Amino acid sequence: MKRLRIGDIRPDIKQIERRAFLRQSLSLGALTMLTGCSLDNPAAPDFIDRVLKGMSHWNDRVQAAIFSPTRLAPVYPESAITKPFPFNAFYAEAQAPVVDGATYRLELAGMIADKRPWTVADLRKLPHESQVTRHICVEGWSAIGKWGGVPFHVFLERIGADKTAKYVGFKCADGYYSSIDMPTALHPQTLLALDYGDAELPRKYGYPMKLRVPTKLGFKNPKHITEIFVTNDYPGGYWEDQGYNWFSGS
Amino acid sequence: MADMSMSHGSGAAADEVHPLVVRITHWVNAFAMILMILSGWRIYNASPIFGFRFPDQLTLGAWLGGALAWHFAAMWLLAINGLVYVVYGFASGHFKRDFWPIRPVDVWNDFRAALTFKLAHRLGTYNSVQKLLYAGVVFLAAAAIVSGLSIWKPVQFYPLTWLLGGYDFARIVHFLAMSGIVGFLVVHIALVALVPSTFVPMITGRAAAAHEGETTR
Ligand code: HEM
Repeated sequence: MKRLRIGDIRPDIKQIERRAFLRQSLSLGALTMLTGCSLDNPAAPDFIDRVLKGMSHWNDRVQAAIFSPTRLAPVYPESAITKPFPFNAFYAEAQAPVVDGATYRLELAGMIADKRPWTVADLRKLPHESQVTRHICVEGWSAIGKWGGVPFHVFLERIGADKTAKYVGFKCADGYYSSIDMPTALHPQTLLALDYGDAELPRKYGYPMKLRVPTKLGFKNPKHITEIFVTNDYPGGYWEDQGYNWFSGS
Repeated sequence: MADMSMSHGSGAAADEVHPLVVRITHWVNAFAMILMILSGWRIYNASPIFGFRFPDQLTLGAWLGGALAWHFAAMWLLAINGLVYVVYGFASGHFKRDFWPIRPVDVWNDFRAALTFKLAHRLGTYNSVQKLLYAGVVFLAAAAIVSGLSIWKPVQFYPLTWLLGGYDFARIVHFLAMSGIVGFLVVHIALVALVPSTFVPMITGRAAAAHEGETTR
């Protein structure tokens, strides 16, 4: 092992200093102070963080008002499907969870009348629909894919979910979690997707089941769902808790 | 336009170069625009459309989530302030009086005169190049807002997104509107630096009498 001498790292220090200098001289005085505090430390919110959070909550309300329960996301011909459809998660593709379909159970909790867990086979007995829609990522890219599964409103009805509740929350096999508003959960195109293309949902796209919400950004489409709960207490989400806007409607 | 040198921006006091509403909305806009541009660059970096990224040190927001939070907060300031400015511009006659007409011949003549430093800068009246630049940047700001809406809500505002050529093309339109505004800003600030006597009136609304009819030479 090579021992580090101060001479080895000094050029780096210089570069960091130079970068800091550039940043201070270029980011227009007051803005320098602002850039340091942009929801990058949720544990210690400062004044700017609170303003940005407040505006984000305001935007949640505006988006809920703009959201139409009947307006459909545009659908595309199968020839428009993006190939290969990109993999995206907070980990690399090789780390995607391995879920055993034979022992898998979808758990239900919260304001739901019938909380019996569901097997994949039981889910497949419910009405099935498929659609080709555009998946839009919060990063700005988009891709068109085909998902098939159970219309979520059918499932919520079947389990006796309280449709007057505010939120539907999701917990996933990879530790991911998220939540959506009830009107979006009941939207005709919101699917409990079991298929991608014409085949069973592969591991990289969320086996055995993901939520497909064509009226929301990609990160509001949790994969590998293991629990669904209905609640009036704001459940947040993996990215939402770090600062992404909660509603994130399209 | 023989009466140009006599007509000041508003019907108010004769020495008022810029009405109060224009001054306030101008500086609020400059602040909001800069927040939008710098946070927008950070958002662009998360998924670049073209083969380059903006240096992170120049951007606002520290990470994608922070940049989006800035962008979606400042957009309200930009849009509401812009609306006040545009409604005022039409209702008060400011746009018609000071931005109109824009004749290509005048623009060309004024442009040539400016390049040879023969163009007089009269405070309170805009030459044809200025008129074109100002009307142009108002149009670009509107284009940025409309294309921004269409990529923010491509489902709820689908007809708008469709008009702009779909989600991916609307992203490009949004980028081009930003580029045009940044281009304007470079020219705009260079011109203010060249004719610094225009700067104080944009804050106080008034010019020192001696500066009236000053030329850039
Ligand atoms: C950030 C984006 C900016 C935009 C979009 C913008 C746009 C405009 C517009 C449309 C006008 C004409 C106002 C009217 O009469 O209605 C104007 C005037 C003016 N702006 Fe800006 N501006 C920006 C930033 C700045 C900055 C940073 C400065 C300071 C260096 C500045 C200095 C001025 C001055 C001095 C005038 C008056 C020019 C004259 O009297 O000939 N602007 N600007």
